[in-house]
Amino acid sequence: MAFLAYFLRRLSLVIPTLVGVTLITFTLTYVLPGNPAVVKAGPLVSPEVVKELEKQMGLDQPAWVQYGRYIGGILHGDLGESASTGRPVLEDFKQRLPATLELTLASLLIALVLGIPLGVQSAVHRDTAIDHIGRIVGVAGVAMPTFWTGLLALYVFFYLLGVAPAPLGRLGPGIDPPHAITGLYVVDSLLTGNWRALGSALHQLMLPSLTLGLSVMAPIARMVRSTMLEILESDYVKAAWAAGIPRRRVIYGDALANAMIPVITILGIVFGFLMAGNAVVESVFAWPGIGNYAITALMTKDSGPIQSFVLFVALLYVIVNFVIDLLYGLIDPRIRLE
Amino acid sequence: MADITPSSAAPAPFPPTTARLVWRRLRRNWLSVGALALIALMALAAALAGWVAPYEPDETDAAAALAAPGLHHWLGTDIYGRDLLSRIIHAGRVDLTVAFGATALALLIGCSVGVVVGLYRGIVDLVIMRCVDSVMAFPAFILAMAITAALGNSVTNVLLAIAITQIPNYLRLIRSEIFRIREMEYADAARVVGNPAWRIMFIHLLPNALPPIIVQATLAMGYALLTMAALSFIGLGIQPPQSEWGSMTAEGAQYIVTGEWWLFLFPGLAIVLMVLSFNLIGDSLRDFLDPRMRGVR
Repeated sequence: MAFLAYFLRRLSLVIPTLVGVTLITFTLTYVLPGNPAVVKAGPLVSPEVVKELEKQMGLDQPAWVQYGRYIGGILHGDLGESASTGRPVLEDFKQRLPATLELTLASLLIALVLGIPLGVQSAVHRDTAIDHIGRIVGVAGVAMPTFWTGLLALYVFFYLLGVAPAPLGRLGPGIDPPHAITGLYVVDSLLTGNWRALGSALHQLMLPSLTLGLSVMAPIARMVRSTMLEILESDYVKAAWAAGIPRRRVIYGDALANAMIPVITILGIVFGFLMAGNAVVESVFAWPGIGNYAITALMTKDSGPIQSFVLFVALLYVIVNFVIDLLYGLIDPRIRLE
Repeated sequence: MADITPSSAAPAPFPPTTARLVWRRLRRNWLSVGALALIALMALAAALAGWVAPYEPDETDAAAALAAPGLHHWLGTDIYGRDLLSRIIHAGRVDLTVAFGATALALLIGCSVGVVVGLYRGIVDLVIMRCVDSVMAFPAFILAMAITAALGNSVTNVLLAIAITQIPNYLRLIRSEIFRIREMEYADAARVVGNPAWRIMFIHLLPNALPPIIVQATLAMGYALLTMAALSFIGLGIQPPQSEWGSMTAEGAQYIVTGEWWLFLFPGLAIVLMVLSFNLIGDSLRDFLDPRMRGVR
């Protein structure tokens, strides 16, 4: 019951935010340079044709009518058209979303797999070499622009060492994508036993996901470290030491389990970093995801994909944070009562 | 590590004694002093770029095209034979100006609105905070990208866009600080003796709310720089031949396959060093000014 109240309270905060988000994206669309009708018609048509197109696209209507249509469109899954590809943005999105999803999940996995142990070790061995290394990695990770890290990785692993493939998409040349089940090449090739595609997909994924993963590892390691420090001082951990329970079990079992709760809360922030970093990393590695799609659209002043991308990311961000809030309330009953 | 004990009252306001204490603490921390010196050096070099830079930023030299770092060109040259070091120094003007300008603008607007919210509360607070929630619902870089695209491709618009994404941080911070401080005894005392609301705000509340804001602003400088560089890396804001660290890195990217590493490495390194410096200073300031955040690294 308490959880239901908590759920409704959270939901009542999310709805105005969602309205605000659409208002902002709508406003941005409205003032975006380049009349969409002119962009769609091309440069060689007469003003009359443009007028006609404007009418067709509803651009001559007052702003609030257009906003109503905009919301109506979103609710029906209509994100407009890309002026340059001439296809519905939603279609383009569907095609590119798996690539973005695969990269994001792989990066998150890397960040967690490296960040959590680093945070734990930094806390357990406080003020020793490991802790200092962890701090340096954290400080540097936050200060390095993702595009630069990506280029550095390319230079070292592709140009100098030749162990990474050319940054040209999700699969090596001449390799067919696995039979589509989830759209994630790594998962699909595993499910269908297509080892050639699996190897190539992992190889291609290596540098971009490492670049993105390292950039978001720092906040995770930092959070794990500071909560672990607190927990290691707590009575129940001291009791566990005193009872002679093996070291590893105390640290990675009892202490870490409790340290994970605050880590869940920063996953929302991490997700925001990932979405932002994604766009840049995708463009560095020519990764065919939605971020790259939006940046390409940016260059051609194709407003459809840009606003849809921004809207999509914001909606996703709000929903992810909402879910994280709920999870947090579920795991930690004290939160619900606040 | 802390030699002052946090008092139960708010952190001290900023008169000279505190400034000197900050300096004393910073001085003991050689890393922060180094960071501060690095920023000062970069800012000075950028400001005096015309005199300091060994070459004109757009001076071409076909004979020295794509020269590796060496005696004549410390950081090498690009395909037109333009000196990379000179270009990086000149680019620093744009980068530091935008980072500083965006931070200052966001600070000004965020604090002003924060004060209004602090004074009026109620419905004003409710409406403005919903707006803040909406702006914060976007990952900052994505929003800055969308705003720049919407306003038009120019450096001024990049500055504006970064400022807009940062305003909510200050607004939220100053609002919560003011709400906290106004419940303190000294704020009550100021009210009891009959001070008008504006006087309490500007003499008693605002100065005491400043320390965490200053920390936030220092850290935000680094973030603004990163956003700026990333925006121009993807082609927003800067128009060639004007140089900026992010766009220079983008130009250098195409030479990776032919092995001219200095073209992408050094402009990016300039960003890293500056952001690192701002973050180090911000962290030290936080340790000093904001006892509550101590130990959270």
